[in-house]
Amino acid sequence: MTLIAAPAEPPVFSLRNLTVDFRHGEGFVRALHGIDLDLRRGETLGIVGESGCGKSITWLAALGLLRGGAKVGGSAKVMGQELVHASDRTLSSVRGGRVAMIFQDPSSSLNPVHKIGKQLLESLRLHRGLTGAAARAEAVRLLDRVGISNAAQRMREYAHEMSGGMNQRIMIAMALAGEPDVLIADEATTALDTTIQAQVLALLQEIQKDTGSALVIISHDLGVVAEMTDRVAVMYCGRVIETGNRDEIFDNPQHPYTRGLMAAVPDLTGPRQRLVAIPGTVPAPDRLPPGCFFSPRCEYASPQCTAAPIPMLSIGSSLIHRVACVRLDAISQGVAS
Amino acid sequence: MTLLEVDNISRHYKLPPAGFRGEARNLRAVDGVSFSISKGETLGLVGESGCGKSTTGRLVLGHIPRSGGTVTFNGRVVGTKRDAQWREMRRHLQMVYQDPLGALDRRWSIANQIGEPLDIHQKSMPKAERAERVAGLMADVGLRPDLAQRFPHELSGGQRQRVVIARALALEPELIVFDEPVSALDVSVQAQMLNLLDDLRARTSFASLFISHDLKVVRHISDRVAVMYLGEIVEQGPSETIFRAPQHPYTKALAAAIPSARRSDKTERTLLSGAPPNPVNKPSGCTFHPRCPMAMPVCAQVKPTMTIDGLHGVACHLVSGGNTNSVVTP
Amino acid sequence: MKYFLVRLLRALVTILAVVSLCFIVLRLAGDPSVAMLGPDVSAAEIAAFRQRWGLDQPLHVQFFQFIWAVMHGDLGYSMRGGEPALSMVLRHVPQTLAITVPALLVSIAIGVPAGIAAALYRNTWFDRLIILVSIVGYTVPSFVLALVLALVFSVSLRWFPTGGSGTLAHLVLPVATIGLIGAAVIARYTRSAMLEVDGQPFIRTASAKGLRRGAVVRRHALPNAAVPIVTILGFMVGSTVTGAVVVETVFSWPGIGRLLVTSVAARDLAVVQVITLLVSAAMVLSNLVVDLLYGFLDPRMRASQSVGE
Repeated sequence: MTLIAAPAEPPVFSLRNLTVDFRHGEGFVRALHGIDLDLRRGETLGIVGESGCGKSITWLAALGLLRGGAKVGGSAKVMGQELVHASDRTLSSVRGGRVAMIFQDPSSSLNPVHKIGKQLLESLRLHRGLTGAAARAEAVRLLDRVGISNAAQRMREYAHEMSGGMNQRIMIAMALAGEPDVLIADEATTALDTTIQAQVLALLQEIQKDTGSALVIISHDLGVVAEMTDRVAVMYCGRVIETGNRDEIFDNPQHPYTRGLMAAVPDLTGPRQRLVAIPGTVPAPDRLPPGCFFSPRCEYASPQCTAAPIPMLSIGSSLIHRVACVRLDAISQGVAS
Repeated sequence: MTLLEVDNISRHYKLPPAGFRGEARNLRAVDGVSFSISKGETLGLVGESGCGKSTTGRLVLGHIPRSGGTVTFNGRVVGTKRDAQWREMRRHLQMVYQDPLGALDRRWSIANQIGEPLDIHQKSMPKAERAERVAGLMADVGLRPDLAQRFPHELSGGQRQRVVIARALALEPELIVFDEPVSALDVSVQAQMLNLLDDLRARTSFASLFISHDLKVVRHISDRVAVMYLGEIVEQGPSETIFRAPQHPYTKALAAAIPSARRSDKTERTLLSGAPPNPVNKPSGCTFHPRCPMAMPVCAQVKPTMTIDGLHGVACHLVSGGNTNSVVTP
Repeated sequence: MKYFLVRLLRALVTILAVVSLCFIVLRLAGDPSVAMLGPDVSAAEIAAFRQRWGLDQPLHVQFFQFIWAVMHGDLGYSMRGGEPALSMVLRHVPQTLAITVPALLVSIAIGVPAGIAAALYRNTWFDRLIILVSIVGYTVPSFVLALVLALVFSVSLRWFPTGGSGTLAHLVLPVATIGLIGAAVIARYTRSAMLEVDGQPFIRTASAKGLRRGAVVRRHALPNAAVPIVTILGFMVGSTVTGAVVVETVFSWPGIGRLLVTSVAARDLAVVQVITLLVSAAMVLSNLVVDLLYGFLDPRMRASQSVGE
């Protein structure tokens, strides 16, 4: 588990005021409004939020993987190496070797016309300079490691010949090939069946324990985040609105949006009761309200909420649990607007 | 009182041989499924991809031909030929799909689409009454009146799904089949939609077959739940208890596999190994036996039948005690 | 094997259908006798001509006679001189190949890189330029381009001869005309094929693995864009031949294109039929080759090919 006290070691991935603007008609619209996040060696960070909150864009922007028309600002450092506006050569050396990323739909994330062995060997050659028999042996070992039986046979097959679960394992093997310090799983199990999802999540945990690398779990599924992570950041409309230890967030959520999200998920075994739905809908990025983005949907909103930008405030004595809400005192006293 | 009776329905597909000189293969997408739904009741149908739950929904409504078995609605057989009787049954049997944008016509206003069933089945309804009815339906599903002349692409995902539901309710059907209606929606919008369905059911007491891969959602919305695996129902029971005390090993694994925000009651989880086999090559005996952590020799040879105990039914030799009346599979 | 035989059978049926259609249309379009013999000829001579060529028979009888003859390898005789139509046409084929094959190569050599570059630098001035040039290229009728090139490079600059054949210099303008138009079409399709592939998830994976942009394009994007590009190349064979008809006429190049034009004007039926047969056979063959190439380029197609259609 992570220490509560401030760590001596610098973070392995550090985002400061990261912003992303997308081309929108004649101008630009801001999709990410200044993200500050740290990731420490060996920890698992969960990024949770609904669609459009920016949870994927954050890391794609940091790694320079956003396609044309996106302006990235601020800072993203991997072990001190600045990535924003870095050259293609710098970014390529970091991607795969330092930071590996796996994506949501494994079957279309693999090249359909290359055998998967070829794709795996490509990673090994790129990051560890392995070729020939040594590379093939290592590839088989990696496939074994991720739980693929008949590895040597599988190397000669194509992505469309295997299931989604197997393809995701292959993606993980490719990610491991570079021996990264950070592994980012972007909705990696969302497209998989429930039982397969459990297998893949268990695999990720196992690998993290073995390699000691940091793991980022991006998901809209609160259950996945609750099971897998040490620390959690909740995002809404391109901002981090709450962050803290996993237990702090799930046992004592503070931000009205976080609480709303947890109350909206139906239960599997507890009592069946009416779900508490957050009223309204997520605003479009070009129509965001001033101040707190959540205020139009919040039952505790007050004029304070729209007057000025909302700072992140610490909760109690925790050094880690922080919330972007200025109405916490009022809420805890049970006062609505 | 039983509204829908589904008796041993199946749907087989013939596939061309795999290689050059193979035999034709048989895909048994749905293989002997039976259940019933009473008036006003919601039965949840849950399972992973390839289990045949969507196909079952279409078989129930008579959208695709059956390879075997019968479906009876209100005492009448549900046919699959598109004749006048089939069309007449649409008044009572409706379907809501997963993709609302695909289910709506891009060029019609949503008010027109909601009213279309009335145009088809109640042609004689006067215009004023029709308009009033459409307005009422929009209000029932929580759509603002000013959206009436909008087009589907101008609405959000949640709003579109409301339009589809309003259209399905237009003729006051007695049974609605929902096929993954909330899977594509965000958590907060999903909660709104589930609450809406609760309200609508309370008001119009329609019965429904709710198909989804999401156990939590199915459990929340259903009175009873049936769990499917490779074209067969392996367990069915009240939603209150089925996941709290599952009996079939597959149901247990499924429930245990769900990551939970409530880590306090997380039990030691046994992960299911491997992946569901290809429905073309169904294992002999109990289809689940290759992956079952508690498989016995009899499981590979003899197909278990559903053992009913009150409201709960399980198809498993462990529960039925390996009874000798089971059907022997060839 | 069964799959291949079925395709071959379909190909033969297609060719037969094309030639039959050609046969019927030609005979419905007018009486060759006047065209062949000229206006100042007696009725008796016309009748004799018609009888000699079987034109006095009803249409369906002529058709059956034709099929019968074809099955025995007899493809007819030219009405101008009596030479067997097949050997007459085959004599001119090498000339057409001399311009169409280099033209096709030129189209590919210019069009494919241009299309790739346009896709990679999408929305820049370079991309817009390529799009503009390619639109101009495939909308301009080939005879207009041919005449413009002739005007500029033959008449004004005197770099190349205006027509005829014999030397390499005579080759340049015909090849350039067909080649440039072909390049325009290929560039457009290549660009859209690349754009479509570039947006796919596996391209993002390739970048996320740490591959440089160039390697991503070469090793991952291009092999996937190959299928749509190869498709269009299959069609190019047909359009190249059409281009040859025009270009050979403008530049007086003695290939089958020009032969076709003169034969149609003279109503030399058998020659027209044989040329039609050859060209449709070439098109069908190139499509077959493209289909086989698919299986080689895209493993997903191999799977469906073996199952059958």
